[in-house]
Amino acid sequence: MHIDSVQHLDEKRLMKAIWGKVYQLFGEVGASQTALSKIDYNEEQAILVIRCSHKRLESTIAATAAITEVDDEASIALRVVAVSGTLKALRNKLSKRQC
Amino acid sequence: MKNLIDLHLHLPLGKKEETEDMLHVASELGYKSVGIPLPKRSRQDLTNDLRKVCISHGLDLITRVDLSPKSPKDLIRDLRQLRRRFELVSVNCQSKAVARQAAKDHRVDLLVFPSINPRQRFFDLAEARLASQGLAALEVEMASLLRHCGSHRVRLISCLRKEVAIAKRLKVPIVISSNAHDIYEMRGSHEQISLATLFDLESNLAREAVTRVPMSIVKRNREKLSPSYVARGIRVVRRGKSCDE
Repeated sequence: MHIDSVQHLDEKRLMKAIWGKVYQLFGEVGASQTALSKIDYNEEQAILVIRCSHKRLESTIAATAAITEVDDEASIALRVVAVSGTLKALRNKLSKRQC
Repeated sequence: MKNLIDLHLHLPLGKKEETEDMLHVASELGYKSVGIPLPKRSRQDLTNDLRKVCISHGLDLITRVDLSPKSPKDLIRDLRQLRRRFELVSVNCQSKAVARQAAKDHRVDLLVFPSINPRQRFFDLAEARLASQGLAALEVEMASLLRHCGSHRVRLISCLRKEVAIAKRLKVPIVISSNAHDIYEMRGSHEQISLATLFDLESNLAREAVTRVPMSIVKRNREKLSPSYVARGIRVVRRGKSCDE
């Protein structure tokens, strides 16, 4: 996902915001089904790589798309850059986009 | 995704830099056309300038007017004055009488229900029946989902779920637009489709709601606004000398 924000955001705050939104929209049971975890965060390129269950892909994207601010202050938009089943294919997709 | 359209991008027309930013983001997100609401009394040069800026970002401008009439009479008057000046006409239905008139009027393209109060959203079975006989589509604005939170959002999702179910049942076209006021409210097609699953709109229908449905509305209206259009089913194919000569 590409993070569009004027403020500098560290990965802890980002993941807290994502988890918060997943809880808010789907509750604890729904959140547990997403199997959400952070894989990588490139601060320079503002690219966050997360893993989730493929059965809950739409829910996870909906939750990240619903985030408009972090800690009630920083305006933010998380936008999907690429989705893939394996990290290798994902990195290939990302490198192709950068080319 | 091909032919991705956002029919409602709320540009701050007085602020050049922000306008450029939003159009740039729209282009980056893969949109091909954007619908921009213009003031009712907007001049042609404003539209021309905006069209040039859109073209510079690789976007096709769709001119749009948002009507908020207080009574059916006001709506009919506005439609008579404005229909041929804009490619898209949307109506903010703030009363039942206006909603009914808008649904049955063939000059209305989009029905918008801005309130989150279920009693002030008038897209019920009767409304959908009228809309399905006319040409109006139900517009779902995603920014309202992003702006509200807590119990307000719960109510909004619940209303949208009911309205989408009614629209699907009576085959009323559904259009998903952003109504973004800044770049942080703009979302790509994948996000729009995922957000639509919150109110039980299936992925294939949501995909059509951001591509095929808005495209067909714009195509239909552009055809009607073209000089070769005479009436429904009749258009000028070739201009030349009279047959008698």
